[in-house]
Amino acid sequence: MNNKEWPLWEVFIRSRQGLDHKHVGSLHAVDAEMAIENARDVYTRRMEGVSIWVVESKSIHASNPDDASSLYDPANDKAYRHPTFYELPDELRHM
Amino acid sequence: MGVHELENLFQQKVDHEIKIEPKDWMPEKYRKTLVRQISQHAHSEIVGMLPEGNWITRAPSLRRKATLLAKVQDEAGHGLYLYSAAETLGISRDEMLNQLHTGTAKYSSIFNYPTLSWADIGAIGWLVDGAAIMNQVPLCRSSYGPYARAMVRICKEESFHQRQGFEILLSLSKGTPAQHKMAQDSLNRWWWPSVMMFGPKDDESPNSVDSMKWKIKRFTNDELRQKFVDICAEQVKILGLQLPDNDLKWNDERGHYDFGAINWDEFWQVVKGNGPCNKQRLDARNKAHNEGAWVREAAIAHAEKKKQRTAKAAA
Ligand SMILES: [Fe+2]
Ligand SMILES: [Fe+2]
Repeated sequence: MNNKEWPLWEVFIRSRQGLDHKHVGSLHAVDAEMAIENARDVYTRRMEGVSIWVVESKSIHASNPDDASSLYDPANDKAYRHPTFYELPDELRHM
Repeated sequence: MGVHELENLFQQKVDHEIKIEPKDWMPEKYRKTLVRQISQHAHSEIVGMLPEGNWITRAPSLRRKATLLAKVQDEAGHGLYLYSAAETLGISRDEMLNQLHTGTAKYSSIFNYPTLSWADIGAIGWLVDGAAIMNQVPLCRSSYGPYARAMVRICKEESFHQRQGFEILLSLSKGTPAQHKMAQDSLNRWWWPSVMMFGPKDDESPNSVDSMKWKIKRFTNDELRQKFVDICAEQVKILGLQLPDNDLKWNDERGHYDFGAINWDEFWQVVKGNGPCNKQRLDARNKAHNEGAWVREAAIAHAEKKKQRTAKAAA
């Protein structure tokens, strides 16, 4: 018997026109076409989506959580990138 | 960093309600506990389709049939969400299925009871899905991200399961005397197994301490069981039916219902494989899996052929 497991796919769904695709979970399928059909049945039984993306899980490269402190370090000391950094008079409204 | 330090950091995150994600460091026992719990949960959703599937072709109306089909399809979906959550912990789908099919993995014992009448579909919806919801709502805040997210989806879908069950029981209870009797008979059979769904008593549930510390679980078995009894004791009045427990009585002092002794012998017998349908359920799962093998193989072969054809066309 052939014991090969079907490849794993990550599923992303756009819930409404105008919104981003969001990761919702994963599933097994032999190819992209089947992955989209299965994603429809597994993740959109109640009209949760208007568009589906599937990506084979092995194609996703992820940052390592152990590197988080050094990876995000460059942004850590730049408060001046935020609007609240600037001291402006109270009379100035709507800015 | 030493293991001890890593463990401290991990516990701090959990204490501060920071979710643990698949690639984060976690104690081996946390991973193992989760794999066991999530896969058992997935198996329960899958095996749980069998007792209800038994009534799809015999549903009393088209409305009931469409509802039952949708419910059973949801349970399949729940199984799939949960298998994929467990896979993020490094166990393969095949390995989990193998554990189910060889009987090394457990699933909820409730599904080892038979569905003898149409009223059982009502009782399962009201009590079994009701107990499942009671268990699952706190799991939406479980410390492991993929599990918590799967539970959010599941809980959203469970609510109609319980409501349709209650509706079935209510119609039967208000129907002819024979229908009323059928509903009562069904409650008589499903009540105690449902109360047992919350698992062994707290002092006999050794894994609970770690699970609470790691915030995999938020309430103990007995706490959830009491909550379930309190709610059902009230709802059954609306049904015009009775829960089969002569000791069920409101206790003003405790602010809870007292209830009768649970038959733990029966519970352990069913867990050990000696329930009325354990063998039947496993046989059905194995049969479906084995008879579907050629479909899985053919799908792979077809996909590979298609891939080669596209490669050739491009060359
Ligand atoms: Fe479910
Ligand atoms: Fe359900």
